[in-house]
Amino acid sequence: MAGSNKRKTPEINASSQADIAFLLLVFFLVATTMNTDKGISRVLPPIPPEDVKVEDQKQKERNVLLVFVNGAGQLMVGDEVTDIRQLKDKAKEFILNVNDDEDKPEKEDKEIDMPDGSKWTYTTSKGVISLQTTRDTGYETYIAVQNELTRVFNEIREDVSMMKFGKSFGDLNEDERKVITTAVQQKISEAEPRKAIKK
Amino acid sequence: MKKKGNKELPAISTASLPDVIFMILFFFMVSTTMRDQEVLVRYKLPNATEVQKLEKKSLVSYIHIGVPVTHMQARYGTAPKIQLNDTYKTAKDIGDFIAAERDQLNESDRAQMTTSIKADRETKMGIITDVKQELRRANALKISYAAIESEGL
Repeated sequence: MAGSNKRKTPEINASSQADIAFLLLVFFLVATTMNTDKGISRVLPPIPPEDVKVEDQKQKERNVLLVFVNGAGQLMVGDEVTDIRQLKDKAKEFILNVNDDEDKPEKEDKEIDMPDGSKWTYTTSKGVISLQTTRDTGYETYIAVQNELTRVFNEIREDVSMMKFGKSFGDLNEDERKVITTAVQQKISEAEPRKAIKK
Repeated sequence: MKKKGNKELPAISTASLPDVIFMILFFFMVSTTMRDQEVLVRYKLPNATEVQKLEKKSLVSYIHIGVPVTHMQARYGTAPKIQLNDTYKTAKDIGDFIAAERDQLNESDRAQMTTSIKADRETKMGIITDVKQELRRANALKISYAAIESEGL
């Protein structure tokens, strides 16, 4: 039996390999999704410990810009009713405080470590945007407002990045990006909703 | 110069067909993720321009908020519901949900955990705020409001 070594092993028919591959392909097409998740990122404030008094965290009035959205989707910025298209410019003007107005946020010099080891002093704004809603505010309006407020900080970052590195914020490397994000922090505070509007 | 016309065309070799299919297969294996849950609420995400991509999918837990799908409406009504994993839950259950999700992650990844809120654009802020408060209580502070990228408002 073993003597007949002249016989070659017959070739395995590979014509069904394509069918098997198709089968696997169909399985993966059905069982997987390709949605890329995108969204507006936020960091919620931690719940303050019980023993910390509310007074301690109170910001100076000039540093806070109140953005209030009511149930009808109307917007109040500071103390005047505003259209959503003006929100970005108003908020940006408030945060930057170019003319050092008395009723706009204070500024603070901040030393930031550069990637090459040197220090860079940048004048940051102490401004905080406080976003308030009622329980019946629509989510779509809320996201639109959040979007505008994100744009404020993204635009400031873009400007600072152009000034400092001469490049767009999107083209910076990780270290440089870190410098810019430390310099321009996204200060949006989301308070708990108002129970009812009293006036 | 024409040859005699009775010659037949040789069959096209299909030997490379499996290779082509395998290539497509690998593309899908790499670029997609497994469908992990059935969505029981109907939602249409709001539009936004300043969206960021969520970095690592394994670190993201999802909270779906919206109206129950049609075949569940008979039992659960048409009021917006919160879906965690595969069932409808209330905001109170979010603490347990986050704790369970956090347990599945590596120690080093826990700080990077992100919660993606996928809510319908018609939802009222009341329910969203309840969810946010529960997330704060559960110390899951990194969140992302899921939105569709659009050009301008």
